[in-house]
Amino acid sequence: MQLLPQGKGRFMTEIPQSGMTKRDLLSLVGKSAGATAMLMAMGSFGQARASTFKGPVKFEGDAKGKSVLILGAGVAGMVSALELSRAGYKVQVLEYNPAVGGRSWSLRGGDTYTELGGATQTCQFSPGNYINPGPWRIPTEHGGLIHYCKMLGVGLEPFQQQNYNAYLHSTMAFGGKPQRYKTIQADYYGHVSELLAKAVNAHALDDAVTAEDAEILLESLRSWGALDGNMRYVKGRFSSGRRGWSKGPGGGLTAEPIPSDPLDLSTVLKSGLWRQIGGHLSNEHQHAIFQPVGGMDQIARGFERAVGHLVRVNSKVTAIKQDDGGVTVSFLDTKTGAKLTAQADYCICTIPLSILSQIEKNVGPKLEAAIGAVPYSPSVKIGLEFKRRFWEQDEEIYGGITSTDLPISQISYPSYGYGSQGPAALLGAYSGGAFAYELTALSPAERVQRAVEWGSQIHSQYKSEFMNGVAVAWHRVPWTQGCFGTWTEESRAKHYRNLCEMDGRILIAGEHASYIGGWQEGAVTSALDATTRLHQHVQAG
Amino acid sequence: MKKKTLSLVMASLSAIGAITASATAQTVADADGAFMTSSRFSETDGESMYKHVCAGCHMPDGKGSTGAGFYPSLSQSERLEAGGYPVYVLMEGLNGMPPLGRMMTDDQVADVVNYVRTHFGNKYKDPVAAADVAALR
Repeated sequence: MQLLPQGKGRFMTEIPQSGMTKRDLLSLVGKSAGATAMLMAMGSFGQARASTFKGPVKFEGDAKGKSVLILGAGVAGMVSALELSRAGYKVQVLEYNPAVGGRSWSLRGGDTYTELGGATQTCQFSPGNYINPGPWRIPTEHGGLIHYCKMLGVGLEPFQQQNYNAYLHSTMAFGGKPQRYKTIQADYYGHVSELLAKAVNAHALDDAVTAEDAEILLESLRSWGALDGNMRYVKGRFSSGRRGWSKGPGGGLTAEPIPSDPLDLSTVLKSGLWRQIGGHLSNEHQHAIFQPVGGMDQIARGFERAVGHLVRVNSKVTAIKQDDGGVTVSFLDTKTGAKLTAQADYCICTIPLSILSQIEKNVGPKLEAAIGAVPYSPSVKIGLEFKRRFWEQDEEIYGGITSTDLPISQISYPSYGYGSQGPAALLGAYSGGAFAYELTALSPAERVQRAVEWGSQIHSQYKSEFMNGVAVAWHRVPWTQGCFGTWTEESRAKHYRNLCEMDGRILIAGEHASYIGGWQEGAVTSALDATTRLHQHVQAG
Repeated sequence: MKKKTLSLVMASLSAIGAITASATAQTVADADGAFMTSSRFSETDGESMYKHVCAGCHMPDGKGSTGAGFYPSLSQSERLEAGGYPVYVLMEGLNGMPPLGRMMTDDQVADVVNYVRTHFGNKYKDPVAAADVAALR
């Protein structure tokens, strides 16, 4: 096996690695890879927003005295109410719940929540602790939601998505002992790099890689995989600099670090833990990623300050009728039992399709079919409060997520209050798939008890430090009957446009009417799209 | 039918176990197959499937529930008279209900449909067969 001589391997160091201007880099890319790559590279420097949000909407022209009835006071409904009322429309919002916000929701000590089936939980968390049962993260690329957070005075703080010191855990690897994320990633990248370098040096890739590119590739593999001077991933300062030391460096007489032993390739591969690395790489999970300071429901409170006066709460929609004169919505006041109606020229309906599909309405057959074609996710979240932050104090895990194949799927440590003493709440389960259905069928107390039992396989402190918990199974949430709409390629092709097209005087908005399902940005962009089209319709009329 | 499903579960378990020495999944899962894996249901008979899966929405007593919308009652239900209907709903989904049958074997779908059609005040005596389910895949 012939390895690249050190001098040759340093080819890339001749190119300035720091202080390189954008133009320098583009010119380098253009020379070596042609115009297409250059255009792609330019795109990556540009305003490559992932969502369709293009900045605050401005509706030109007046509202012509028209009125709009908005159904649902979640993020989609509140964005619609805010923008349409600013444009001069007469707006009323009907909301089933006693408060605005929808899935933009937090549970704190003293809050009560009654699920379908009648089980009521009163959250026992200590002051300052909370969990977000619904959305809990705001990625950088969700510019629409971030815009409204700024506008509404909702403070954002970093959410620890990826923590290299959190765990990857499998019941079927390492005897069930959790592994630090950093060690698995370093060993996985390291061994893959070494193998690929061997293949390059053995000329196994000559058909695919030019000689010049092969040199660049080798240097990049050394960097990516923490390989040593001989292009090997072995015990030493390079590998320990990524995976962690057996004894870390310090000062004075105890300063010298002792390297750790990398796992062998076969162990890393067979563990399956590499599967859990990819989740952090997607656009929506890349740092920087945020959460509202004090809980996701701060977004709801922000919208409430802005347009809360337009909302009628405790209003259960029972029928939606449209004709040449307008839209009439029948609803029940859930406190008084009174049967009431509301009228408007137009309706923006943000009611989850799981609920809307069961409401009597006269819409066209295409929209009716689309409303009935979107199953809702069964996700389950469980919040657990412990007497102390043992994950910080004993295990040096500050925020972030531990992944596991246990039914709890993950443990997310709080991204706030680091280092504080006293009780703290973490997300002790965020489950999907079969596990979510099976957790849903348990009582809330059993879900919490199971989450503690399973979580104790990862953190032995669980049972002795546990105080209380709260469990939200989304199929049992009375106002959504599910966490979010789930589309397939087939259902999108058949129904998505029909769902979003204006049907007479009715427009559908919400995360379910977006390509960002399950995220608040889907609700925001859907609402902006729907209100823009409504305004265009009014202008044309 | 029950035995067949069980052996399927055991076969897949030992396949997993072959990868590593310590297949502790067995200590996580319930004896009746609940909490076995995330990708499919492993419940071993119709009753345990109902208890661990269907009851999440249709409730342990089969009577459903009501909020902003509702989960329909399966109790004394005329909609279950034709066995093909619940099989179809499980395989295709209905409104917000996901097609859960796609995460079950043919036998599991038939077992849980037969369980519901003979409990909760339902007394339909013509069981559906796994072949009826297979026809919808």
